[in-house]
Amino acid sequence: MSRTLIIAEHDGKTLNPSTAKCASCATTLGQPFDIVVLGASVSAIASAAANIDGADTVFAIDAEHLAHPLAVNHAAEVLAMADGYSHILGPSTTYGRDLMPQIAAHLGVNQVSDISAVEDAYHFKRPIYAGNAIVDVHAPESAKLVATVRVASWKAAADGGNAAVESRSANAQAASHTRYIKLESGVSERPDLQTAARVISGGRAMASKENFNLIYDLADQIGAGAGASRAAVDAGYCPNDMQVGQTGKIIAPDLYMAFGISGAIQHITGIKDAGTIVAVNKDADAPIFEVADIGLVADLFTVIPELKQLLG
Amino acid sequence: MKILVGIKRVVDYNVRIRVKSDGSSVDTDGVKMSINPFDEIALEEALRIREAGLAEEVIVVSLGGDECQQQLRTGLAMGADRAIQIKTGEKQQPLSIARAFLKVVEKEQAGLVLLGKQAIDGDNSQTAQMLAALWNRPQATFASKITLSGNTATVVREVDAGLETIEVDLPAVISVDLRLNEPRFVKLPDIMKAKRKPLDVIGMDELGVTAEHDLEISHYTPPPARGKGILVENAAELVAELKNRGLV
Repeated sequence: MSRTLIIAEHDGKTLNPSTAKCASCATTLGQPFDIVVLGASVSAIASAAANIDGADTVFAIDAEHLAHPLAVNHAAEVLAMADGYSHILGPSTTYGRDLMPQIAAHLGVNQVSDISAVEDAYHFKRPIYAGNAIVDVHAPESAKLVATVRVASWKAAADGGNAAVESRSANAQAASHTRYIKLESGVSERPDLQTAARVISGGRAMASKENFNLIYDLADQIGAGAGASRAAVDAGYCPNDMQVGQTGKIIAPDLYMAFGISGAIQHITGIKDAGTIVAVNKDADAPIFEVADIGLVADLFTVIPELKQLLG
Repeated sequence: MKILVGIKRVVDYNVRIRVKSDGSSVDTDGVKMSINPFDEIALEEALRIREAGLAEEVIVVSLGGDECQQQLRTGLAMGADRAIQIKTGEKQQPLSIARAFLKVVEKEQAGLVLLGKQAIDGDNSQTAQMLAALWNRPQATFASKITLSGNTATVVREVDAGLETIEVDLPAVISVDLRLNEPRFVKLPDIMKAKRKPLDVIGMDELGVTAEHDLEISHYTPPPARGKGILVENAAELVAELKNRGLV
């Protein structure tokens, strides 16, 4: 029964890249894996999941009450199929972090959060203390393993798989005690922060919501995602879904450019897997320069327009 | 209604963490300890709900050795009515913590449980969800706004895609995010008053909770250091460097 089940993540339309990252992690466990897609009218998403290299079977569980990602409803379906699996993996995104501990608790096991590397099927590495320490975690082989996969640590598995898709109806009823109301999402055509190859971020020094247009324009010019520090989000300069850091999104782009971000440890946690970190800040003593690969001590309000011109 | 707030004693968020050279743990000798910042926000929210007349009592609960009484006293000084220490000498993992909290929640007949969305030491983000699952009650994680009305709570959640709103029936477990509120400062007279507030101690074993399927942590290592960077003088040099490295 050494077999892994991956919980797919999607927004009702497209499969989230976190699923292919979980597949990479599952592959290194060295045992076969299946994927379950929970939602309403998910056949297209299930086909996308079936395309992930290495997947055996994709289970598409279709029910109206699964349309929105309420942990209680999704957990019930995963639990109904848990018997056939030794390992159950979900992403370390807010979806996975909401859902997976429910599954672990019902199975009576502790969860391994944020797997960043696999040593063997029950021995992992994960960051703690905002990434200031990496620990070796050993899970008991006598119990099921429930874990979240730290998506910034894994490359997406390649396409080219040819998994069978099996449709199933839901096993459980909707929980009546929890009701989905709505999702307010910043409409953005920019690349998703968690998968973008380049990310341009602004901090408190941007000083206003309007000034953040400088960040957006530069991001659009080079096809980058747009991010922010907690201070900028707290100040209302940009929406919460742009926050990068320990309590926001943990990202690993090839290029990360931070403008007017001082570099609190909580922010550094979110970017230290980036390929190249560029920091532009007026304050030469800003801690961001300790981790920057390329630093420029200058006023962002003169640098950004110059960059736009030079890159144009 | 009683509100139960879980608070964890952790290394203060301003402290720069160092891994011990023998890899046995992180160095916590002489380091400042505080209430986990997310738990402080949970407590602040509970106090505001009580102050709005929507709850009668706020109880802070912590699990650990006697040193966690320091954080419970801080919670009392912030305004909690009483405190409970679930006493244990061992480091407990989220499943056991959730099981122990459940015993207290049931005994106290709590109408709402507020917890931080994660502790900044273990960064697990599990206890609230586990408690909701074991209690068979609703969960609303990563809350940035909570509105109580009668028997329901409307909760705005900070999720990767933006802000999600859900409605849950009470009793429920809510885990809180950073932007929910700004916790109050504790005043000296409140610290004096807190010394007279009740703090009950219950043994973890008295609750009948024993750890099982624990994870074992064998080794701590510092994160790999990034190579030393370079400084450039102006935007033109920056662009040249980026082009050189094939990044733009």
